[in-house]
Amino acid sequence: MRMTGERLWLRLEPWLPILIVGLGLIGWETASRAGLLSPLFFPPPTKILNTLLQMIINGKLLPHLSATLSRLAIGFSIGGLSGLVLGLGMGWSPRLRTVVDPLIAALHPIPKIAIFPLIMIIFGIGEASKVVAIAIAAFFPMLINCMSGVRQLNPVYFEVTENYGASAWKTFSRVVFPGSLPSIFTGVRLAVNMAMVIAIAVELLAAKEGLGVIIWFSWQTLRIEELYASLIVIGVLGFGINLAIQSISRKLAPWQVEQSERQE
Amino acid sequence: MVFECIELSKSYVSRGAEVTALQSVDFTVREQEFVCIVGPSGCGKTTLLKIIAGLIEPTSGKIVFSIPQSNGHLRSAMVFQEQGLFPWMSVQDNVAFGLETQGISLAERRELASDFIVKVGLAGFMHSFPHELSGGMRQRVAILRAFLANPHILLMDEPFGALDSQTRLVMQEELLRIWRDHRKTVIYVTHDIEEAILLGDRLLVMSGRPGRIRQEINIPLERPRHLANRDHPEVAEIRWHIWKMLEDEVRKDLSILS
Ligand SMILES: Nc1ncnc2c1ncn2[C@@H]1O[C@H](COP(=O)(O)OP(=O)(O)O)[C@@H](O)[C@H]1O
Ligand SMILES: [Mg+2]
Repeated sequence: MRMTGERLWLRLEPWLPILIVGLGLIGWETASRAGLLSPLFFPPPTKILNTLLQMIINGKLLPHLSATLSRLAIGFSIGGLSGLVLGLGMGWSPRLRTVVDPLIAALHPIPKIAIFPLIMIIFGIGEASKVVAIAIAAFFPMLINCMSGVRQLNPVYFEVTENYGASAWKTFSRVVFPGSLPSIFTGVRLAVNMAMVIAIAVELLAAKEGLGVIIWFSWQTLRIEELYASLIVIGVLGFGINLAIQSISRKLAPWQVEQSERQE
Repeated sequence: MVFECIELSKSYVSRGAEVTALQSVDFTVREQEFVCIVGPSGCGKTTLLKIIAGLIEPTSGKIVFSIPQSNGHLRSAMVFQEQGLFPWMSVQDNVAFGLETQGISLAERRELASDFIVKVGLAGFMHSFPHELSGGMRQRVAILRAFLANPHILLMDEPFGALDSQTRLVMQEELLRIWRDHRKTVIYVTHDIEEAILLGDRLLVMSGRPGRIRQEINIPLERPRHLANRDHPEVAEIRWHIWKMLEDEVRKDLSILS
């Protein structure tokens, strides 16, 4: 009897989140339509979905979406790449680490959005300051994960490369980089998420286009369905990016994925 | 002669205290000799191998090598105690790694590695990752890598120490078989007295804290050797002799009164 109960549970388990969300949405829909929830602030989900479709069809969404995405792409590339290079370098070279680590420790905890005015003073109120803010947001998680990725490599790997007379480049390309790949991918995921947060935040503050802009305008003009619709877009975007990173990391670092899956 | 260790000493400083891992270690190794270094754990065996490999510097003393230093030919390759394989490389690439640093093209080193892997019967695992192999297979791959790099001297640090005793027996035989085909000078470190007797031409028995060489013993067993040699009366005699020599020390280490 217990066996079948357990088996039933196992079969239901993957559907549980969908079930909970579905029930929640149905509850929201009925409550909103019945007037139990203010339809102005909590419009029924079907209405939100309809608004979202409208925004897609009439082309209102696209320029904002592409503005956010291109900022994200450029900012993330700059910040992520510098974090990668400096992080791997700091992981590998104790000397570099002792010099730069205190600096990182001091700068990292500063909320990135708090220095945005400063960034605007330096880089102007145009596109550059937004990209820089996103880059800074991506930089730190990338750097910290890359550094710890190298540092947690078993020292015996370096004895092996030294033993076989590997050059510094060989040691980097065959050991330091591939060995840190799993941590690098963790860094990429965290960095993308941070970059996304800051991208939307700076758009709320100062931008003409972007998902953050829609959110702000829909709040000011009380078109709350549009606010919800943009939140859905951001959520789906984040989910998709994370999924993509996960599948790339599965491809490029298969040993790690299989190891961690076996532990589960 | 391949090399000579002269008055090698090594001290580590850890947390302010100095630990003498090796003290005045003197010995000579001849061409194509299989030398086993046996001693209780912590007596400085790994330290000694790493000094020979050039991975760490002795505190005093030196090693004089008398093998020609030719370009692109490794002087020594080490098989590490464990975890020496790169988890992100396939078996084939792991085995080929020793050639990679010697300027051999990708196609050629993959082919050489495959030949080697096939010859020992690991063909089915060519493209597997190390975590997909058993502990015994992993050590075989590590040994293949060292042999394929074709170093003058092979340094082996308790390569079978983590394996169960049945697997170890089979691995010992296989090591001897590979060694018969690719004669090299081997320095083999182990804490297993019987293993040392079965494999070595000569044994260096070490005592611990500070590590030094207590005695050199020649093993008169004929080659090729087999598992059956274990029951040879001579083996039993040498084993007993070495055990008596190390017994006091092991007891002292464990604070057991004899
Ligand atoms: N890097 C190190 N720092 C400090 N002490 C060490 C280090 N490596 C080894 N030792 C010490 O040196 C002694 C010999 O170690 P090792 O050569 O590993 O012995 P074995 O391989 O025979 O077990 C041990 O007491 C060990 O604690
Ligand atoms: Mg050891």
